[in-house]
Amino acid sequence: MPENSAGTMTPRRPAGTLYRGREGMWSWVLHRITGVAIFFFLLVHVLDSSMVAVAPGAYNAVIDTYKNPIMGLGEIALVGAIVFHAFNGIRIILIDLWSKGAKFQRVMFYVVIGLWVVTMAGFIPRQIMVILSEVAH
Amino acid sequence: MTLVADSPAGAPVPEAPIEAFTVTLIIRRFDPDVDDEPRWQDFDVQMFATDRILDALHKIKWEQDGSLTFRRSCAHGICGSDAMRINGRNRLACKTLIKDLDISKPIYVEAIKGLPLEKDLIVDMDPFFESFREVQPFLQSQTAPPKDKERIQSVADRARFDDTTKCILCAACTSSCPVFWTDGQYFGPAAIVNAHRFIFDSRDEAAQTRLDILNDKEGVWRCRTTFNCTDACPRGIQVTQAIAEVKQAIMRGKP
Repeated sequence: MPENSAGTMTPRRPAGTLYRGREGMWSWVLHRITGVAIFFFLLVHVLDSSMVAVAPGAYNAVIDTYKNPIMGLGEIALVGAIVFHAFNGIRIILIDLWSKGAKFQRVMFYVVIGLWVVTMAGFIPRQIMVILSEVAH
Repeated sequence: MTLVADSPAGAPVPEAPIEAFTVTLIIRRFDPDVDDEPRWQDFDVQMFATDRILDALHKIKWEQDGSLTFRRSCAHGICGSDAMRINGRNRLACKTLIKDLDISKPIYVEAIKGLPLEKDLIVDMDPFFESFREVQPFLQSQTAPPKDKERIQSVADRARFDDTTKCILCAACTSSCPVFWTDGQYFGPAAIVNAHRFIFDSRDEAAQTRLDILNDKEGVWRCRTTFNCTDACPRGIQVTQAIAEVKQAIMRGKP
């Protein structure tokens, strides 16, 4: 690597720095990640549900494998992803269609986070009880 | 050099020295003749709090390394030549003051993203201006103006598109857009802002043409409302708002 007369060379990755966007960018990143995650869930969900019609016995066997604490925690992640995606989806619709949507996008982002926390605070204790009852069996 | 005329003794009143700081800039360099990949290089410069990043780049170029390459013309935030990524955000180097940055840490300076890198802080702006030209950013009217008169416009009609007249085509918005980074075919915020400026101009008659151009797979519907463009705009244009207004105009079928 050529050493320049002025300054020192420090080895760093040649790629640029991460763009430091604000709430809008991170809400978009989360929306994309949760969207892809929900897509893969739905793919599996449609496959296992369709087994009811094809082979009810196989369906029951598959559903029984879901009844363990690891899947229980996965369900918390799934509900978290869906709740964020749903609330942020409403925010994006308002940005596009409401004349003041762009002006209040940052406020709406924190409203989305707030609603997400409230929803998850209601869901997580209930789900933990379900997981514990599965462990007890 | 003495400028003092009103002190006959020739002794100028000593002013309190202004405090200078050592600022470290880490610049992403790329010389296509030598480098395969861009590389980061550190520079230490003495700066005042009121200096700008552009002054730091000048100091480096003039005193330390003449090969440092960047664009700048007016140096006062009007020409739009020196948009670059400063500490991970698109800014004009001539409008970013040292005092507004955290100089206890090095300042990262690199070229704007999403356009082909040519050398150091210079990118190829042709794709950017190509999108700008495609939206027909000029007044089009089939009717002649009143004889020997200008085209009259009410204050309210003028105010309708005032925000988008401020654009200086620096590309800070377009190169801050995550959609544009991955899809160079997207028109980008700057082209839509300049289309907005004429779509909502009461004197213009080609709004429908522009709405048709932007009602495209690579048009306004590519916008994912990340608001990076609004945050990056050195003129404070509400870019995402303007794009949303164009989206709504397309859905209405008229401005």
